[in-house]
Amino acid sequence: MATVELKNVSKSYGTVEVLRDINLELEQGEFVVFVGPSGCGKSTLLRMIAGLEDITGGELRIDGQPMNDVLPAKRGIAMVFQSYALYPHMTVFENMAFGLEQARLNKAEIRERVEKAAKMLQIEAFLDRKPKQLSGGQRQRVAIGRAITCDPRVFLFDEPLSNLDAALRVDTRLEIASLGKRLPDTTMVYVTHDQVEAMTLADRIVVLNGGIVEQVGTPMELYERPASQFVAGFIGSPRMNFLNGTVAAAHGAETYGIRPEHISLSPDAGDWRGRVILTERLGSDTFVHVEVDGVGPVNVRIEGRSEVHANDEVHLTPDPASVHLFDAKGRPIPG
Amino acid sequence: MKPPLWQSIGFYILVGVIVLQALFPFYYAILTSLEDGQALFEVNYLPRALNLANYQAMLSGGVFGKQILNSVFVATVVVILSLFLAVTAAYALSRIRFRGRGLLLLTVLSVSMFPQIAVLSGLFEVIRYFGLFNSLWSLVFSYMIFTLPFTVWVLTTFMRNLPIEIEEAAIMDGASSFTIIRRVFLPLMWPAMVTTGLLAFIHAWNEFLFALTFLSTDSQRTVPVAIALISGRSEFEIPWGNIMAASVIVTLPLVALVLVFQRKIVSGLTAGAVKG
Amino acid sequence: MSKTVQKSRLSRSRTRSAWLFLAPMLLTLAIVAAWPLGRTIWFSFTDASLDLMGEARFVGFRNYLEYVAWGDGEGQYYGLLADARWWRSVWNTILFAVVSVSFETVFGLIIALVLNQQFRGRGLVRAAVLIPWAIPTIVSAKMWAWMLHDQFGIINDMLQTIGLIAEPIAWTASPDTAMVAVLMVDIWKTTPFMALLILAGLQMVPGDIYEAAKLDGVPPWRVFRKITLPLIMPAVLVAVVFRALDALRVFDIVYVLTPNTDATRTMSVFARENLFDYDKFAYGSAASTLLFLVIALITITFIMATRMDLEGKRS
Repeated sequence: MATVELKNVSKSYGTVEVLRDINLELEQGEFVVFVGPSGCGKSTLLRMIAGLEDITGGELRIDGQPMNDVLPAKRGIAMVFQSYALYPHMTVFENMAFGLEQARLNKAEIRERVEKAAKMLQIEAFLDRKPKQLSGGQRQRVAIGRAITCDPRVFLFDEPLSNLDAALRVDTRLEIASLGKRLPDTTMVYVTHDQVEAMTLADRIVVLNGGIVEQVGTPMELYERPASQFVAGFIGSPRMNFLNGTVAAAHGAETYGIRPEHISLSPDAGDWRGRVILTERLGSDTFVHVEVDGVGPVNVRIEGRSEVHANDEVHLTPDPASVHLFDAKGRPIPG
Repeated sequence: MKPPLWQSIGFYILVGVIVLQALFPFYYAILTSLEDGQALFEVNYLPRALNLANYQAMLSGGVFGKQILNSVFVATVVVILSLFLAVTAAYALSRIRFRGRGLLLLTVLSVSMFPQIAVLSGLFEVIRYFGLFNSLWSLVFSYMIFTLPFTVWVLTTFMRNLPIEIEEAAIMDGASSFTIIRRVFLPLMWPAMVTTGLLAFIHAWNEFLFALTFLSTDSQRTVPVAIALISGRSEFEIPWGNIMAASVIVTLPLVALVLVFQRKIVSGLTAGAVKG
Repeated sequence: MSKTVQKSRLSRSRTRSAWLFLAPMLLTLAIVAAWPLGRTIWFSFTDASLDLMGEARFVGFRNYLEYVAWGDGEGQYYGLLADARWWRSVWNTILFAVVSVSFETVFGLIIALVLNQQFRGRGLVRAAVLIPWAIPTIVSAKMWAWMLHDQFGIINDMLQTIGLIAEPIAWTASPDTAMVAVLMVDIWKTTPFMALLILAGLQMVPGDIYEAAKLDGVPPWRVFRKITLPLIMPAVLVAVVFRALDALRVFDIVYVLTPNTDATRTMSVFARENLFDYDKFAYGSAASTLLFLVIALITITFIMATRMDLEGKRS
């Protein structure tokens, strides 16, 4: 049975509709990521599940119970905020205990639950400190710990990594992934604009754009069978090449899509001929930007190092099995 | 690159003039308050005497001591009451969306523009109706007209700048609105409360028109009115020494507050105006 | 089928607590501000007296303006708008407001510019500048009354010592100088407030603008006129309006420093004299009402002109 069900959910501020007809079923224990560009409505959707935003149309159910009119604290959910939102004047222990106090639990039980969560997240040593005495990563753990103590059915994350620096972000991402494994019965809903986070964390990804759901699927489904040109462009890094004109027309499509990693590069023979504009060397990969005659700019990804340089003439060959074709409305054409 | 010498000298002369003009009247009041009898009527620029007779005369009479206590009572109660009323109101005005919020804030703010004289006759009637005439509570009550709009305004601005996610976290934790104010916001707001409280205290301590109108007996008066009404038997017998001693006594606490809380006062004074 | 709820329980309970939290403050303001203001305006249209407020009868505009005919086409206007003493107090108030605010702005700007420099002891200078503001108005009036004393005052002594005047001046008693005395005290006391507001404006000017001007070799005076002044203009304007509204209500200084003289009587003083000293309660209420109207008009114009962002909208 699904834990979280959204039926025709919509949200509007006055006459401005920011979410339209959202239908989703999230299974118990599933890790679901909402991803999309900023302004797509993903955070609003999360906040509606949390109860911080009114649901202006449709219905939300958790474990089968209608939730539209239930107070946030009574929904059996917990949330980790982007800025952690720790209470700055309270110690870590008090931060984690605050919600349990509101629920009128007795002191002994509060202590037991807080200590259990602290142990799980390895923050026992900090229980008496104030948030400002902690590092960013430690604060993030406290924020997660505060959510865990409430023993939620559904765990919500609102871009929890965006305030961390790059190195810490990877560590914390791994930690959140393992948290998902350690709480197998808890449904996780995670919002991010970063498709890498989405791909690495999710059991299923929900791609949102302009207030509607573009596609729902496992990371590999989205990568291999994007349901729209938008999803094709959004998932995968570097971005898929989109080519219009004769190349597309030859396949009876408006747009011809090919990922940079699905093109092979050769100095002397291939389907397309072009000139290298720029190369970006990352060590593990090299991105080669090529201006292809009669086709336009194409980005190619080559594993490892490449001896290609700017102004070299090169030949490219797209892998025919990995070509994505789209019509004028951005819908995929089965090939 | 250092500025030329004459520029530095000119600058420090300017600083000197500014400080001198700001402090001289108070300095001269202290100097006068320490003189007695004939010495009073000679113009001195530097202290000649250290005579505490004027202070003894003011404080031993009894009634001035009572008047200081009146002022302390009124100013303290005004601060407590206006902070209490303003914190809850500021929470509603800064954090809860409801229809007419902007208009309400505008109305509250516009009250601070009211000339005191415009409400004087109506307020006089209200105070008599509640039987508060010649009671210190008449001042506590009427001073709300200038402390409340200001306090509400500054606290609303301050609360608006507190991170919204902290409140949302508290909502997720199941805290009621009152719990959010008491357990989450109040501990974070003390800087703003100190500032507004100080300004409300100074304002209440200094107020004259209402105190002059709503209190009628000497033992009920607050210090500004008391000082304004000190007089001699004739125009030529005004006890300037006593007046200056009293002035110094009521001003010293304020000077102390300014020296200690300079930053807070400045931020409070400018919060309402510049960010508005 | 989908169930639609416009406002959730959380929204409803928050709206409810909003009004619950606002109620005590609003009730207080209603009792100390709105209701008394309404009563003042009402009294101005009645024959109310200090002892018989409850029995006041409506008399129309008589307190403001009334034509009393004596017969034979002769007659005379009575009422506030025909009262020379009232118009004198209006003139005094305007004069006071314009002169005091102008001087305070200039002096405040100078002090603000000084305090905006980095120098040793800046904190102490700022504290010193604040002191006149913190001294109760009544106390400053008394202190200055003593300094301006015609026989024993230090001001006369100073001016005589440097030879600016030959004879002592009766600053507060003489009609020619009474307004000057009032202005002096007010400018001394209120310039700090002005300086602080302008200083706040100055401190919001980003420092790199000055760096850039320095690199371009712009002379200091032009930097001030072309860069600083335009940037702090909004702050100065707000400060001027705040002070002007305050100056139009002036009461304490005039009442204590120069009681009972036509030369300095302001609208507030005029109103209070009539309300409580001359037993012309209704007449005084009419004066209060007019003063309120003037200030309300200026305030509304100002708010309209600046379109203050009261909602504090977040982007």
